[in-house]
Amino acid sequence: MNWLAQLLAVVALNVRTIRQRLGSSLVAIVGIAGVVVVFVAVLSIGEGFTAALRDAAAPDRVIVMRSGSDTEMTSGLGAASATIVSEAAGVRRAADGPLASPELFVIVDVPKRATGTDANVPLRGVTPRAFDVKDEVRIVDGRRFAAGTSEIIVGRAAHGQFAGLEVGSQVKWGQNRWTVVGIFEANGTVAESEIWCDARVLQPAYRRGNSFQSVYVRLESPAAFDRFKDALTTDPRLNVTVKRETEYYAEQSRVLRRLITQLGYMIAALMGIGAVFGAINTMYSAVAARTREIATLRALGFGRFAVLSSVMTESLLLSLMGGVAGGLLAWIVFDGYQTSTMNWQSFSQVAFAFAVTPALLVQGVAYAVMMGLIGGVFPALRAARLPIVTALREL
Amino acid sequence: MKFLHLIWRNLLRRKIRTTFTALSMFVAFVLFGVLMAIRIALTMGVDVAGADRMLVFHKTSIIQPLPVSYAERIRATDGVADVTSATWFGGIYQDPANFFAQLAVDPDGFLRMYPEFAVADDQKKAWFEDRTGALVGRATLNRFNWKVGDRVPLQGTIWRLPGGEPWTFTIRGVYDASIKGADDTQFLFSKAYLAEVARKLFGPGSFGDATVGWYIIRIAEPERAAQIAKTIDTQFENSQAETKTNTEKAFAQSFANQVGDIGAIMTAIAAAVFFTIVLVAGNTMAQSIRERVGELAVLKTLGFTDALVLVLVLAESMMLAVGGGGTGLLAGWLLIWRGDPTGGLLPGFFITPRDLALGVALMLSLGLVAGTMPALQAMRLRIADALRRN
Repeated sequence: MNWLAQLLAVVALNVRTIRQRLGSSLVAIVGIAGVVVVFVAVLSIGEGFTAALRDAAAPDRVIVMRSGSDTEMTSGLGAASATIVSEAAGVRRAADGPLASPELFVIVDVPKRATGTDANVPLRGVTPRAFDVKDEVRIVDGRRFAAGTSEIIVGRAAHGQFAGLEVGSQVKWGQNRWTVVGIFEANGTVAESEIWCDARVLQPAYRRGNSFQSVYVRLESPAAFDRFKDALTTDPRLNVTVKRETEYYAEQSRVLRRLITQLGYMIAALMGIGAVFGAINTMYSAVAARTREIATLRALGFGRFAVLSSVMTESLLLSLMGGVAGGLLAWIVFDGYQTSTMNWQSFSQVAFAFAVTPALLVQGVAYAVMMGLIGGVFPALRAARLPIVTALREL
Repeated sequence: MKFLHLIWRNLLRRKIRTTFTALSMFVAFVLFGVLMAIRIALTMGVDVAGADRMLVFHKTSIIQPLPVSYAERIRATDGVADVTSATWFGGIYQDPANFFAQLAVDPDGFLRMYPEFAVADDQKKAWFEDRTGALVGRATLNRFNWKVGDRVPLQGTIWRLPGGEPWTFTIRGVYDASIKGADDTQFLFSKAYLAEVARKLFGPGSFGDATVGWYIIRIAEPERAAQIAKTIDTQFENSQAETKTNTEKAFAQSFANQVGDIGAIMTAIAAAVFFTIVLVAGNTMAQSIRERVGELAVLKTLGFTDALVLVLVLAESMMLAVGGGGTGLLAGWLLIWRGDPTGGLLPGFFITPRDLALGVALMLSLGLVAGTMPALQAMRLRIADALRRN
């Protein structure tokens, strides 16, 4: 038990005297906090983007596109195919028909508020059924578009990111003049980046004849997927690919997520190395400043292990403070920050919010502690090895 | 110069501290180099856009095609020196994640428009003669270990062949970007081939047969760009396909803006951390000099002038900053030189001479700032006070 008592005594002494070395301790904390801020902030971009897509997916919702298409953008389905899909086995039915929504997906140029330059904003042509199939969509301002008219409703995030989409304002795309009549929400998901209009009005505007690009379908249950998929893929009249919405959106977020996590980890690793060097310096000077004190302790009978542990504890404590401070700062500044970027797969804008998740915070703090461990170990070894007699004579 | 040895010995007094301070400077400047490269990559060619090239897109959006008939009307517009077109093919090579741009172009016209795409003459000739031939950028060729002569299958997503058959192209040549940062990832093939297949698939006059994606024009006098753009767009006003003409630079800029805040935020926060690391290192440098104020007083006692003491301290701080930072910048440059770390997502991943110069300026000012405070302190020091302090 003796070594434990020693350890506690030395650690307590160390912690109490941190204040006297405030300057260099603060530098170490700030350095590590900075690294953690960046680490968490960069990765929260990827988290937010993924969340906007992932949370848009309902387990019992399925997207049907032309076979071989990986996005709605390059897909195309005739009206006849769309009807066959709607009537297939496994589709949930309401009193007035199946919950299936054939849709058109095009992009239009709308100036970005922040820069004034044009951005590719998704314009989705839907049928009235869409509001049942995508029941998370609710109008929060104004009203739904009226069937057969050039009226549009705008997702809340699109309204926030792009200019000229206020309720009552008019926009001209091609030969059509559209009137904004409502703003909608969809639980913060990717649908909020979109503009919706009547598919029947969009078809001639984009010369799509009587065709669609995708059909969104609500299944009787998530388990009905295989039955539904088999029914469609074995139907000789159809040439389609069937994907669960969860799967479809996971693919959509893959490229950007990869870009962000790769760059994020690369930057964080480099910065981490820099911060470790900073921590080593701090701990070495802490040891140097207390050379005599450490020697005195050793002369009094405190063991090497107690001295070593005390330096390590101090280093860990500093890095923990840095990690927590950095995590908090990242959370306060970046969590919920609204932005938009290009979704490379569909070539269109996705508006989303940075998401500083608890998992990211834990990762950030763990990373900080790791930096503290590495930064403390060499100075701690040095402190433990100090020859007592010469050290007592120092200064 | 005769004091160089003195400065050097001073740096070696606390080897560990000097080493780690230099190392954190080293890392900070590796990071600086990488960040500058990321910034360039995310602005995607804004700096290399040709000043005399303009792009004509459909006004509603970039995905809408333009009629082939526009070519002659644009060519006839006053101020237009040359016209060519490109159409986005959107094929998939094995996996959608293997993304690279494929364009259907008029081979001769396209190479005339982009003289920075350098192709060997025999390969150029082979490409012109093979209807199903492709010209591939060096980066993409290397990425998939292709060779000239290889046959490459691409799954069409917009133009799907019956039964989901892939399109097959024979690589007839490779181009290099003779301007740093020009896009060397593209896959180019003949638009005549695309039109022929589109005609079979969807009939004459269809999408891809009677249309192109966008026009690229060269103008004789770049300063008239705005006026020429207006003339072209006015011509097609109220037609089936209204146009929007812009300089290549403006287009690249708006594209970069679409990628958006992401790049800006990443660089901003990482720049903040760069400065944190630099501050930490600067603080350590200042601290190590503060500790030696007594010694500096001894130097003065020995007859060193105030100015000389100032210079000595500054020189030491500079040496540390430039030593650590300079090697860091060099290492960063070597790291970036290997190219895009993400496997094709950031084609223009390089560091510009301007950013290198900025890096050097930063490390010099760091040495100066970290050294100035303690140096001034040392200079103003009165010998008696300093000696008493110990």
